[in-house]
Amino acid sequence: MNNIIDVKNVTFEYTGGERIKTVIRDFDISFARGSFTVILGHNGSGKSTLAKLLNGLYKPAVGDVFVDGINTKDEKNEIEIKRRVGMVFQNPDNQLLASIVEDDVAFGPENLGIEPEKIRERVDNALKTVDMYDYRKKSPHHLSGGQKQRIAIAGIIAMEPECIVLDEPTAMLDPKGRKEIIDTIERLNREKGITIILITHFMEEAQNADRVIVMDNGKIVADDIPANIFKNAEMLKSVGLDVPQTTDLLIRLNNSGLAVDTNAISIEEAAEKIATALHSEGI
Amino acid sequence: MLNDITFGQYFETSSIIHKLDARIKMILLILQIVFIFLANNLISLSVAFGFVLLIILLSKVPLRMYLKNLKAILPIILFTAIINLFYGNEGRELFSFWKITVTSGGVINSIFLTARIVLLIIISSVLTYTTTPNDLTDAIERLLSPLRFLGLKNAVHTLAMMMTIALRFIPTLVEETQKIMNAQKARGVDFENGKLKERINALIPILIPLLISSVRRAYELAEAMECRCYNGAEGRKRMKQFKIRYYDILSALISVVFCLGIIFVNFVTG
Repeated sequence: MNNIIDVKNVTFEYTGGERIKTVIRDFDISFARGSFTVILGHNGSGKSTLAKLLNGLYKPAVGDVFVDGINTKDEKNEIEIKRRVGMVFQNPDNQLLASIVEDDVAFGPENLGIEPEKIRERVDNALKTVDMYDYRKKSPHHLSGGQKQRIAIAGIIAMEPECIVLDEPTAMLDPKGRKEIIDTIERLNREKGITIILITHFMEEAQNADRVIVMDNGKIVADDIPANIFKNAEMLKSVGLDVPQTTDLLIRLNNSGLAVDTNAISIEEAAEKIATALHSEGI
Repeated sequence: MLNDITFGQYFETSSIIHKLDARIKMILLILQIVFIFLANNLISLSVAFGFVLLIILLSKVPLRMYLKNLKAILPIILFTAIINLFYGNEGRELFSFWKITVTSGGVINSIFLTARIVLLIIISSVLTYTTTPNDLTDAIERLLSPLRFLGLKNAVHTLAMMMTIALRFIPTLVEETQKIMNAQKARGVDFENGKLKERINALIPILIPLLISSVRRAYELAEAMECRCYNGAEGRKRMKQFKIRYYDILSALISVVFCLGIIFVNFVTG
């Protein structure tokens, strides 16, 4: 089994009184072990609902979601599924429940009924992984948003999941906090081999992903490597997303007659591409 | 480190009392209170005073902190003292006014009761000054844990979890209240002026947003807890195991000696 999560033919709807709102339609997708996938979509595209379907927080109305081969509808394996697929939410304040950092990180492993010494070990390791070990005795109240979100991630790592789903973890953070979180996530994927599914509407966060999925209206609009996604400016604009500034610049330059390769995401890459183009034009 | 604790009375010093196990401290507190109330003559009361003084010194918390607590409940102490003057008709009559008679027995009674209340407040303050709210919550959960034999395991766990979450969210909600107040002030709500009724009405635009956001927080927190495999007390093990160390035993022994001392003095002099 190479896939950690398989979503098979899933439809999910909210019923509010008379009205039924379908948020996920005929969804089919698999996430490979150890991969780093970014799911992009504007508000209301169904991306948060998809996140909650992935670890059984929501159960599909039609179709099935399998985590490591276990159906999320299987009530007996509820804990097993949540242990394998951890979830980090948008607001760090509403995920932390203890007044001391290390107690909070210990919450997950404590629920799993692990031996106290082993819990201590996991908590220390998790805090070191997110680079917050020095803050273990502090109260979350005194930390910055980015630091609190790292504690929330540590709380998930301490359960030793195979996959972490992050539902807009940077939406409430300042640029510095956002960078801390993205760096942490990328490191978890690279060094610990944890499968990452990052849901976001910040395009820049997708640049180092293996795969980008664009969602709109409960459906997959595109599923490709980042470079190919960013090239497709019309498609991104049609689903209400903005092209990264660098790509936007390159496309504009191209349209106004400069033969520049638009396949660049980071600022350095873009600068290089422009320099090459200018050079070949003889400027 | 003082600003790390935003709730409760915790006062950080490096005293031996701070290091004691919170459960031990709680049990000893109850024991000491009982025996302070058993002290029934001047000598045993002085023994109790001496003992409490010793604890104050050991706690390294400045005396003014304790006096601050006493000051806060001064009206209650005075009220009890005055009421007790009129009780009891032993001893010789000091003066009599209308239907009220004050006897020497009443005066002594009143002094004793006041002294006991003062000691009670001080010794309870020792617990709250030297123990963090988190340790107190943990201690309560563990002390109540024998109730699980009555089928109340989940009730005890739920109570402790509620206290933990409450402690965690107090600063967050205080901050949020401040934000809402500022937002409403910016919209022209006046909290400081006006009649009482107007000022109470001005609180409504604070309370309603606060309530709505608390419900939302509760909902999100519940989902986050579910994602972290929370299943009530079922199969849960704690990371921090309380260990009884030599100074815990020592403090328990000293307290027992104190209690026996009170009984002994009562017996010899009574």
